Amino acid sequence: MEPLIYEISVPGRVGVNLPACDVPQSELPTELLRESVELPEVSELQVVRHFVNLSQLNHAIDKGFYPLGSCTMKYNPKINEDMARLPGFAQLHPLTDDEGAQGALALMFDLQEWLGEVSGFAGVSLVPAAGAQGELAGILMIRKYHLDRGDTGRTKILVPNSAHGTNPATVTMAGMDVIELPSDDEGNVDLDALRAACAGEQGKHVAGMMITVPSTLGLFDRGILKIVELVHECGGLMYMDGANMNALMGMVKPGELGFDVMHYNLHKTFSTPHGGGGPGCGAVGVAERLLPFLPGPIVDIVDDGVEDEAPLYGLVMPEKSIGQLKAFAGNFGMHVRAYAYIRVYGGEGLKEVSRHAVLNANYIRAMLHDTYKVPYDRYCGHEFVLEGHFEDAPDIHALDISKRLMDYGIHPPTNYFPLIVPEALLIEPTETEDKATLDHFIDVMKKIAKEAKEDPELLKSAPHITPVSRLDEVRAAKQLVLCCAPVMKGE
Amino acid sequence: MSYIPHTEAERQQMLAAIGVTTIEDLFEAVPASHRFPKLNMPAPMSEMEVTAEMQALAESNEHAGDFAIFRGAGAYHHFVPSVVNHILLRGEFYTAYTPYQPEMSQGTLQSIFEYQSMMCALTGMDAANASHYDGATSLAEAVTMSMDVTRHKRKKVILSHAINPQYRAVVRTYNQGRDIKFVGDKGQADIEDLADMLDDNTAMLAISYPNFFGQIDDLKTLAERVHQAGALLVMVVNPMALAMFKSPGELGADIVVGEGQSLGVPLSYGGPYLGFFATREEYVRKIAGRIVGESVDQDARRAYVMTLRPREQDIRREKASSNICTNQGLMALAACVYLSLMGKTGLRRVAELNYHKAHYAADQINQLPGYTVNRDKPFFNEFVVKCPTSVKTINQRLIDAGMIGGYDLGKDYAHLKNHALLCVTEMNTKDEIDGLVEELGKVK
Repeated sequence: MEPLIYEISVPGRVGVNLPACDVPQSELPTELLRESVELPEVSELQVVRHFVNLSQLNHAIDKGFYPLGSCTMKYNPKINEDMARLPGFAQLHPLTDDEGAQGALALMFDLQEWLGEVSGFAGVSLVPAAGAQGELAGILMIRKYHLDRGDTGRTKILVPNSAHGTNPATVTMAGMDVIELPSDDEGNVDLDALRAACAGEQGKHVAGMMITVPSTLGLFDRGILKIVELVHECGGLMYMDGANMNALMGMVKPGELGFDVMHYNLHKTFSTPHGGGGPGCGAVGVAERLLPFLPGPIVDIVDDGVEDEAPLYGLVMPEKSIGQLKAFAGNFGMHVRAYAYIRVYGGEGLKEVSRHAVLNANYIRAMLHDTYKVPYDRYCGHEFVLEGHFEDAPDIHALDISKRLMDYGIHPPTNYFPLIVPEALLIEPTETEDKATLDHFIDVMKKIAKEAKEDPELLKSAPHITPVSRLDEVRAAKQLVLCCAPVMKGE
Repeated sequence: MSYIPHTEAERQQMLAAIGVTTIEDLFEAVPASHRFPKLNMPAPMSEMEVTAEMQALAESNEHAGDFAIFRGAGAYHHFVPSVVNHILLRGEFYTAYTPYQPEMSQGTLQSIFEYQSMMCALTGMDAANASHYDGATSLAEAVTMSMDVTRHKRKKVILSHAINPQYRAVVRTYNQGRDIKFVGDKGQADIEDLADMLDDNTAMLAISYPNFFGQIDDLKTLAERVHQAGALLVMVVNPMALAMFKSPGELGADIVVGEGQSLGVPLSYGGPYLGFFATREEYVRKIAGRIVGESVDQDARRAYVMTLRPREQDIRREKASSNICTNQGLMALAACVYLSLMGKTGLRRVAELNYHKAHYAADQINQLPGYTVNRDKPFFNEFVVKCPTSVKTINQRLIDAGMIGGYDLGKDYAHLKNHALLCVTEMNTKDEIDGLVEELGKVK
């Protein structure tokens, strides 16, 4: 194993070359100072080797197939990284006067427009830093919309039981209550339950509904128009979790289906990298009636300019904005990457993205549905769920199949989500994988199914070729060790 | 097509395997009335064309590559060693995701563990999480945690007006649906005044260290008073300043949050940045967000894994205290690499360069007729200057001279009209500072 950086530290070693002080030195306020900070003392080469060695312990898109459902692990084009590092973007201070940031603002303005066009919304704010923050923005907008109309009794948000955990957690954060809705046996929202929730007195407390399209099962809900209609009829607004937008570009516009607000995940659909857990961007798009409530600042044209002059862009706070969600105007570096991505594809290209994402998912589904149980075996969107267990191999669970996949150099699908499918394996190949990669995955999955029955221990003891074997997670939680020994208290 | 590898022959084979004739057939569940809308968007472009267009956009900005910059106010122009960027560009790091599968993610997990360790060292706390979106949302999460720690029985939060105004705005945005009263930041209450507001309904008191004006307040007795009232002391810190000034742990803080952008992350027009969050051992189980812990694998080898998972939204759902999922992982890696390179002596050295250069600039400016530097309290790398005219006028002049001037404090504080917040870092040479002083001297 790679040692900890603290373990290769040697007192007195310095890893950086800094300039001499070229101004007269001032007196330091000694009574306010600390002795030192326990940081490692290592050379530049040691740092490089340490982190290169660590990097090689990871699986990543650049290394191999990563069909992690609901995460859209598509190829992250290299040009995006170069563009985000252009000095004019990377070294631009966020409090630059608008006049001095016209290039950045123009880029953000175009991105807002394009995202709005892709999903049929009247306006977009790029501020939210991740999907979950986009959700919070959306629910706070819905809340404020009702309050602004003097409709104070709407405190409940409907959430299907197939939803991502961020949905109900968001509702609580916004100070509202969740009403969970069951799914029917086709994986759609149970319309009878929805009707009941929206009926009569109860319906007057419904602020809105959050729903993922296609659902977390990867399915287009056949009742989507009816769902929107029912919620709107009782006075609620519709929130779409756009995590699965990779299935929809040029296929259908959520705004045209009647959704009032949606978040995009630029780090999923629009190829900005996942970074080992962020940064992301959870931009939100809204229908006309929610425009005044968008989180700010957003970019608008503040002066059209005369004739051929370029317009003057500025950062503005929408009139009844829910407020600022983070300092400054969003994860701009992610806006740059998404802009580059959309520019390369254009509208026609984005359509091809979604077509091929859906083609790839359906291909794997069709090739595996005789080997694994596919609980909702119909045409899927960009992902689908299968059950990771076999009647004739009772000890084998989705987790074992996941771990065994690692031995073949493949990252496991999302497992145990959505919660409504037992032993769920949620598979999302994305459009950037070629047929050979998919065929290899299909072969491996079939092989593992065979192994499960013939040699289950091979799965139970997997993975065998990764840098470490299965972790003792109970110990990690019980004997908490959250930082290196040298910086622990009392040592 | 760009990044899609399929050939026509492959498409046909795949469609045949699925049992359909066209890709469109796969969308039969989408309402026919709304299927296949037109996208009114630009045509595709080649990589060459995109690069040229974006370079032009980038170059039209007034950025720190072309201008000497004296602006901070929450985002700082610091030196980033080349190594940081090279490590961030390792595809194994930046094209991975949240380390749900520890066997395939030890690189990410161990680097987060090391990052957590370094943040503990800087703040003097016992535990840090894997990051929040930025300093502002870290403070918002501290509010949530303090409510949780005080069992939702206390409804008052005291905020210093000398916390970054944007952070205070974000905290209010986050909590608009909750029954919490924010007090303390409407006027100019000092530390003593804030302490006087403590009562048995107060969940937390938050101050900034250094404060938004760059100053180090006297905090010797604050923690005691906060704790006597049964509340938590939250400190919003600049991590660079912590390389030389007493740690929040020493000063009695319970939660330490801040913006980690200074630690190896470029300005990037406001993001992506790095919200850090650290606390004392007794509150570890109340932290929101990812936390990495040490454990062993089945062969007794040391290994790392995300731990205390039942706190999180994907398991706890509507009972989770925060909805955070994706955070700022890669920026935490940047800080980890940066702090490894700087190390114990390097970071102190950078901090002292900031201190000396800022003080040199302040001394020079203070001698200019019409300018007064506020020297009531010790300061780090930012200071407040009362100017002879509007900050806007001065900054326009500075731009023409190739410099980005201070932040106009009058935008946020009515009593600070014509006051600029100037920032000087290790990136500003003596020549640049002298140039600034000369230019300011021309404005009377």
